[in-house]
Amino acid sequence: MRSLTSRRHHKAARLLLVAVALLVTGGIYAVVSPAASVAAPTPEETIARGKELFAVSCASCHGLNGEGLASQGAPSLVGVGAAAVDFQMRTGRMPMANPLVQAPGKTNPFTPEEIAAISLYVASLGDGPAIPDPDQYDPSGLSPEEVAVGGDLFRTNCSACHNFQGSGGALPNGKVAPPLLDAEPIDIHEAMRTGPGEMPVFADQAIPDKDVKAMIAYLDQVHAEPSAGLSLGGLGPVSEGFWAWVVGIGGLVLFAMWITKKAARR
Amino acid sequence: MAKPTTVDPEVPQGQRPQRAEPSVAATAAAGSVGWVDDRVPVSSIARKGLRKAFPDHWSFLLGEIALYTFIILLLTGVFLTIWFKPSMAEVEYEGSYALMRGIPMSEAFASTLSISFDVRGGLLIRQIHHWAAMLFVAAMTAHMLRVFFTGAFRKPRELNWLIGVGLLSIGLVEGFAGYSLPDDLLSGTGLRFVDGLVRSIPIIGTWAEFFVFGGEFPGELVIPRLYMVHILLVPGILLALVSAHMALLVYHKHTHFPGPGRKQTNVVGQALFPVYMAKAGGFFFIVFGVTILMGALMQINPVWLYGPYNPAQVTAGSQPDWYMGFVEGAIRIIPNWETHILSTTWSWNIFLPGVGLMGLLFTGLALYPFIEAWITGDKAEHHILDRPRNAPNRTALGVAGMTAYGLFWLSGGNDILATQFGLSLNAITVFMRVAVFVGPVIAFIVTKRICLSLQRRDRERVLHGSSSGILVRRPDGGYTEAHAPITQAEAFTLTQHTELPALEVSETTDQHGVKRTGKRTSRLRARLSRWYAHGRVPKPTAQEIADAGHHGEDEADHAVEPAAGTGELTSSGEPASTH
Repeated sequence: MRSLTSRRHHKAARLLLVAVALLVTGGIYAVVSPAASVAAPTPEETIARGKELFAVSCASCHGLNGEGLASQGAPSLVGVGAAAVDFQMRTGRMPMANPLVQAPGKTNPFTPEEIAAISLYVASLGDGPAIPDPDQYDPSGLSPEEVAVGGDLFRTNCSACHNFQGSGGALPNGKVAPPLLDAEPIDIHEAMRTGPGEMPVFADQAIPDKDVKAMIAYLDQVHAEPSAGLSLGGLGPVSEGFWAWVVGIGGLVLFAMWITKKAARR
Repeated sequence: MAKPTTVDPEVPQGQRPQRAEPSVAATAAAGSVGWVDDRVPVSSIARKGLRKAFPDHWSFLLGEIALYTFIILLLTGVFLTIWFKPSMAEVEYEGSYALMRGIPMSEAFASTLSISFDVRGGLLIRQIHHWAAMLFVAAMTAHMLRVFFTGAFRKPRELNWLIGVGLLSIGLVEGFAGYSLPDDLLSGTGLRFVDGLVRSIPIIGTWAEFFVFGGEFPGELVIPRLYMVHILLVPGILLALVSAHMALLVYHKHTHFPGPGRKQTNVVGQALFPVYMAKAGGFFFIVFGVTILMGALMQINPVWLYGPYNPAQVTAGSQPDWYMGFVEGAIRIIPNWETHILSTTWSWNIFLPGVGLMGLLFTGLALYPFIEAWITGDKAEHHILDRPRNAPNRTALGVAGMTAYGLFWLSGGNDILATQFGLSLNAITVFMRVAVFVGPVIAFIVTKRICLSLQRRDRERVLHGSSSGILVRRPDGGYTEAHAPITQAEAFTLTQHTELPALEVSETTDQHGVKRTGKRTSRLRARLSRWYAHGRVPKPTAQEIADAGHHGEDEADHAVEPAAGTGELTSSGEPASTH
């Protein structure tokens, strides 16, 4: 009895009391408050939510059931897979603001949950590439030799359109292979697996995940390398020739004018 | 007669004329100079050489840029040869650039990487070498345009023009060979392009390809062969031609722009010693400095990004260096024409733009001085340059040629134009296919109009002076602008050029009805000559100037020319004026 009383005056007692009070209040709040009813939604619920969002944001072109509308130039989404939806919406390519030759990347207005819901709904229409896990695209932990092989693979498979260091290139009829300078690793993985726009599909059977990781690692590291002076856009000899004339000949002509204007001292 | 001019001692802006030196014999005893002078007449050579006159105009230094970049190329090239291995043997890269480690590549590419990353200063020297090469060809081109537009190729300098055309064409070969040596992805792609060009030569194409590459492309011989071409054969030819070019320059002496005191028999300028020794010498260091700055600050040909050549690979933005861009462009826009005759394939789509266009350019350049002389019948020597406006047809032809070249050039970068300006590749191709034919015609017409307008302005200035900007109201309420007479010197400059009459068709018989023999002016030549002289605004005659001076005393006003479209003023003089 006495011991209890003395313990009640212990230095830590007040702190403990506050901690217990907080725990109890928090616990009661957690049980009683309306938020408590939010449990992880079932896949069915997410798909239903995705279908609602799809009807609002996508269906005007792709049709209410993702069947596509030839008159709008919108393809069927049956079998494109969650990865395609994730890539197109996260990079802001879809929904398109207006019909263009090619969907340009822009700021994405959707939350990750909304995109996940729509992806799951589209995936439910037919089998296709799933959104990759980080261990499928995360480029860390590769040896220099593996990264170098990634570079070789990049030059074999990608540089014909995307340029030797991913500065982008032209395609027929006003289309472009976009620059890869700001692309996230997951973007590159998803794009290779789903082939957006003019890009061909590079399937797992052709280029396995470990090679994709090596290519992503090569791009990351080559972009991190310092350039030997101003890179002049990384576009190759055209911009070099342009600057040779402007800076080289242009500058030297200015010097020549200055030199020939100088009068000789008598 | 062929030996033209001497430095005129009465040159107004020139060096003080130097006193005649004591005779060579008198200085014979004077030390080591005298010893040499007894054997080789250095002092008389030096006396002449040091007094060579250089006219002061920036455009006379364009050729010097080419000369100086050539020297820079020789210096930096020697450095690069010390480490470069011209071998196509395959090795696995083990150098310090991590992103290539373990990749199989040719020794040529591996040694280029080692120059870039392992040799101290190697990357800087490589970049200086490449920038200097770009500037070398660019300066030659700019110099050639200056010579063309000022008519400096005319007699007696036609041979030097031909040497210049040779230098430019061989310069392209030299640049291309150098571009191919590192054996990176772009140089291999460029070699594949040339391989196609060689194969497009009708009938013998395949044999020629096997001859050049020692078998199937790419083989193992082409880099060692190009190395020999790049560091021995072509530089040797270039050196020889540069020497001949400069020897002829010294022999013919400089041309100069027209002006008071500038005659066909003199050169007005600064003497080599001391003024141009300092100016030209200083300019060498400026050119070297600019090239070093470019090499240090601007990345060029980053071969480590392109990777080693691999026939399975290609990259967007595969272009040659700028001076081959016009051929690249022609190939990019030509329709896919090909004919099969018996068992042979005739690839017009490669042969015409590749072999044909380069042949057309250099043949046209080489022949132009002779064609123009034939058309005008001009056999006189020319040491005073034309102001481009006073040769309207030549100037217009030159601009038309530049336009065609420029359009082909742009087509060579059609993919870069498409991505940088948001255009459609196909639209560019269609546009260029038309523009390379229509553009030069438009350029010709516009340039000729501009030249004639400038001639008319010159005439106006000589007759009525320069407009003073002061408007005077007359008592009757009309307004006139007062004109200030121009100086005698300016009037001379504006009127010193000669106007050659068009050639007439020769009579085929003489007055006795006997058929003439010997040289005759053909109908074609006379027609071309009429066309060449047509439309030019005649310079005012002495009588017209005198008349204009008189009415200027009464009311220094402005005679408005009638809208005489083509500017063909009657030879009787000034058009009816409004005063």
